[in-house]
Amino acid sequence: MRLTPVDTRMLNGAEGEGAAFAMRLLTSFAKALGAPSLLDITRAHIDGCLYHGVASLDFVERLVSGGARVRVPTTLNVGAIDLIHPELMRMPAAEQTPARRLMLAHQELGCEPSFTCAPYQTRFRPAFGEQVAWGESNAIVFANSVIGARTNRYGDFIDLCCAVTGRAPAWGLHLDEPRRGRVLFRLTGSPEPTESLFVAVGLFVGERTGERVPVIDGLPPPRSEDQLKALGAAAASSGSVGLFHAVGITPEAPTLRDAFGGAAPEETIEIRPSDVRDVLRRLSTAPDGEPITAVCLGTPHFSRDEWERFLPLLRAAAPRRGIPIYVNTGRATLRALESAGALDGLDAFGLRIVTDTCTYLTPILERLDGVVVTNSGKWAHYAPGNLGVRVAFGDLEDCLASAVAGRIERVVAW
Amino acid sequence: MTRDAQPYADGGAEAPALVLSVPLSLWGGIDVETGRIIDRSHPDAGACVAGRVLVMPTGRGSSSSSAVLAEALRLGTGPVAIVLGAADPILTVGALVAETLYGVRCPIVVCAIDGIATGDRMRVSAANGRASIVHSSTV
Repeated sequence: MRLTPVDTRMLNGAEGEGAAFAMRLLTSFAKALGAPSLLDITRAHIDGCLYHGVASLDFVERLVSGGARVRVPTTLNVGAIDLIHPELMRMPAAEQTPARRLMLAHQELGCEPSFTCAPYQTRFRPAFGEQVAWGESNAIVFANSVIGARTNRYGDFIDLCCAVTGRAPAWGLHLDEPRRGRVLFRLTGSPEPTESLFVAVGLFVGERTGERVPVIDGLPPPRSEDQLKALGAAAASSGSVGLFHAVGITPEAPTLRDAFGGAAPEETIEIRPSDVRDVLRRLSTAPDGEPITAVCLGTPHFSRDEWERFLPLLRAAAPRRGIPIYVNTGRATLRALESAGALDGLDAFGLRIVTDTCTYLTPILERLDGVVVTNSGKWAHYAPGNLGVRVAFGDLEDCLASAVAGRIERVVAW
Repeated sequence: MTRDAQPYADGGAEAPALVLSVPLSLWGGIDVETGRIIDRSHPDAGACVAGRVLVMPTGRGSSSSSAVLAEALRLGTGPVAIVLGAADPILTVGALVAETLYGVRCPIVVCAIDGIATGDRMRVSAANGRASIVHSSTV
């Protein structure tokens, strides 16, 4: 592999022990990929502050003690603790200690304490064409697909090595050719742009496209980029999608021809209305009408736009059964809402705002013995395995109607 | 029988082989406390990677496998070496992290893996840009 003189200096310790360690890992990783060289990145997003075990914390501590600092603006993904609402945590204090330390140690490396899985909703959002190194599957697919920034699917240790060195392997989705579409998914039946449609399409594409870049044709114009966020998060949950193109919607796919770079699709797969209904039906593990114990929204973190849509619906529905409505959101989004006074008087409706973490990852829910209603395909995909709850998926309106009724209600047609 | 190999993480080890016919994702695939394969969909579920030379076509799945390998090597429940048919960046990173943090070496080398069977005696060495494996049948 070709290294620049700057890379070599860092590898040899001229920038300190921590940076040398990061560069050694990065070059070994790049060599195993078969990358010919490294390239400069402008930003990073680190998925390493959710505590998984001793080795993950020891790794970050080694960088801290080796004097490492991130070389590019670097945001942090969710941790295991809501640092702003610690009273919500139902985790023993002894388990909280290393989880908190991991979040703090990342800040000592110069990372921004964003603690959100939606860094694209912050002022650190990259622009079209920027080379970045991002972790967190939904953030990766959003950056590549919706923004047109360029990142591979980085994870464990390597995202932080990229941030500390300011470099990434010149390989994969950083380059032009691997970004072009391979498989065509064609929607039939002119569906309405409901939340559930975008989730269903994401899950369907993720299950079938494998490692190949999917192109989706026939998607109705989304009401907001949050619907594309939901699609990408779902596709990265059911599969390993790091980039999708939606013809006429996403920036690298103004036309079908652009999406495929002039080449023909390797395969064409139809998504029929019956496929959408099948995927959605499989996502719920509880039948309609069952009593519910909670509503979970905001996976990925609720954006300002989603709050603007949700708050009037919540005030109009005015649920009073005491069923908690958990909404995960970024701390910066919360601050903006609070300073606008947008959240006043909502406690009576069961609203519980969660920042810095996510309700499917860490012990926050008061009850795990019942059915949880969510409008998130990602939450519905992972929570039954992670938490042991049963789940019902629906649009936002379904979630609120269920909170009012105390059982699974549906008002939006599939 | 000796084969030349490509080194991805340095070290030396001698142990019986555990040969997996299909790739295993360590994340969700092994119990890090014991090294046992817990992925029920895997044909070798129930086998244990601890103390073995793990031989498989390539790695698979989540990038979280890096941290799982590092944690298993810290706990002494990991393989003593990994022989792959194709390079795997995620496992390479896990081995290098464990070496740096804990001084535990798990050489990772890439070579043809045909003809190696579970239980074969294996010797793996990787250093200075060179690697080789020696294996002999136990029967």
